[in-house]
Amino acid sequence: MKTLILRTASKYMLPLLLVFSVFILLRGHYLPGGGFVGGLMAAIAFVLHAFANGLENTKGLLRIDPAILMPIGLALALLSGIAPVLAVDLPFMSGLWWPDPVPIVGNLGSALFFDIGVYFVVIGVTLTIIFSISESA
Amino acid sequence: MMQQIVMYPLLFQLFLSIALIFLWKKISWQKAVSIIGSFINLGLSIWLFAHVWENGTKSIQAGNWEAPFGISFVADAFAASLVLLTAIAGLAVSMFSAGSLRSARLKFGFYPVFHFLLLGLCGAFLTGDVFNLYVWFEIIIICSFVLLTLGGERSQLEGAIKYFTLNFLASVIFLTAIAVLYGLTGSLSMADLATKVAEIENRTLVQVNALLFLVGFGIKSAIFPLYFWLPASYHTPPPAVSAIFGGLLTKVGIYALIRMFTLVFEIDPFIQNVLLGIAFLTLFSGAIGALVQNNVMKIFSYLVICHIGYMIAGLGMMTEVALAGAVFYLFHDILVKTNLFMVSGVINRIKGTGDLKKLGDLYADRPLMSFLFAIPLFSLVGIPPLSGFWPKISLISAAWDLNNYWIIAAILLGSFLTLIIIVKLWSEVFWKTGQKLPEQQNFPYFNKLRNYKKTQLIVPIVFLSLITLYIGFGAESIQNLSVRISEELLNKQIYIDAVFNK
Repeated sequence: MKTLILRTASKYMLPLLLVFSVFILLRGHYLPGGGFVGGLMAAIAFVLHAFANGLENTKGLLRIDPAILMPIGLALALLSGIAPVLAVDLPFMSGLWWPDPVPIVGNLGSALFFDIGVYFVVIGVTLTIIFSISESA
Repeated sequence: MMQQIVMYPLLFQLFLSIALIFLWKKISWQKAVSIIGSFINLGLSIWLFAHVWENGTKSIQAGNWEAPFGISFVADAFAASLVLLTAIAGLAVSMFSAGSLRSARLKFGFYPVFHFLLLGLCGAFLTGDVFNLYVWFEIIIICSFVLLTLGGERSQLEGAIKYFTLNFLASVIFLTAIAVLYGLTGSLSMADLATKVAEIENRTLVQVNALLFLVGFGIKSAIFPLYFWLPASYHTPPPAVSAIFGGLLTKVGIYALIRMFTLVFEIDPFIQNVLLGIAFLTLFSGAIGALVQNNVMKIFSYLVICHIGYMIAGLGMMTEVALAGAVFYLFHDILVKTNLFMVSGVINRIKGTGDLKKLGDLYADRPLMSFLFAIPLFSLVGIPPLSGFWPKISLISAAWDLNNYWIIAAILLGSFLTLIIIVKLWSEVFWKTGQKLPEQQNFPYFNKLRNYKKTQLIVPIVFLSLITLYIGFGAESIQNLSVRISEELLNKQIYIDAVFNK
């Protein structure tokens, strides 16, 4: 499917979709959205790029093996969970919040890092599955 | 820091599995990290157990949401000792798999998944929330499915399909039961349910719900009419995987049954009769199944089913003595079954086959090792003073008090048939003059292995055998522990107070 229209469009779509996925990730704490949906969107952005420009190009663009995102995401989620245990002796997964709101992001808390972890895991899993299927096809 | 001690074994397993994913391609690193990590985990579990033993039941509320709204994690003596046993079995299997698994399997992430499985097991033991229990069961299923299919041999896939289909069905039934329970009470916290279920007026629905839980957990713990997936799948994966399956997976179902039927549901005469009938038939059919098999791994698979019957019998009788017997048997069974599957792995490595007809000469070739293997084998039968003997006394005396002679007959019959099976196995594998087997190409025979690999195969068996011997000769302390656990189980208020921090 290497048509000119798709290839040109995907060039602009990739950053746009990525930014949008981050937006969805950030709004997820109180509104619909979150790490899972955001991660899927980011993965779709790369899949679209791969459709238009071929798998090799997308892999070159990514530079890293997407599989490594899985343990990174898991580690981030675990860290956000044990931060209250280690820092203030509250139970696992208690929410810790930065007192003042941060511009753009809103309230900054340990839950956000859990969501970012989910975001990475979902990107890693989706891309690994789709890349390995399209390689073997 | 001491407040959060309940979660440490869980968090550490999670940490370990994540660390192992980072080391995905470095297999020798994975082996080292897994074994060292299992040692640390054993330390943490001993710490948790000692803490619970000293200070009584301990709970924490994850996310700091108050019970019954959040998810509680509760370590009573029962859960803490099972976490400890999981750590012991996990350490043994971690070392055994370093010696026995082919690198092709290790390359596809055996160790991370193995530690995720241990995480799921510890979670199921520690959680105080029914839906969370379901989630841990799902983690266990997913991990065990991966472990079953790693390697992708034809027989493995066949076994895995049967395993997955029936366990998946069990999950659906379990989930349905949770939904009904939630509809009835509006709560998922076990401690909350303990008081709320007793107040429901529609007793028939509660009874049906209890039966749904019985069927769901029954499939997972392989009780009488629902066990067919187990012998179809447990002999297919490598012995290291079978060891952790045979030792711990069915026992989680038993743990959940004991927990639900002591804490949430009352055992009425109807369910009691169902449980006792199931116990009888499980003991009988498992033993008969083992009697006709000719493969070492298959014999042990059927014996896993058979001995589930003892624990169901103990649960069905529901007296303090009977529950103590069931709990004691559970402890003994976890260690012995894990050990036996590893033994079958080593026998397979020595002779290149697991077929009783072809095996033989083991005693003549390796007398010392045969002596070692005798410990788990005869503990399983329950020859006094080995570990299988003591819980049966509790069970029989409980049945005697209830004048339930059928159960006494079933327990004796189960032990007798186990004795016949083990004697048959002993004479065929160890004493018989074997035939000369043709040497297989590329088979990693035991005497061709390097010394450190041999150590990795034998040390876990020695380790578990020593603990089995301790349970046998130090039975008094284990009996004290079991009696304390059954007192705690029968007195719900301890659990409820611990969760609500009264």
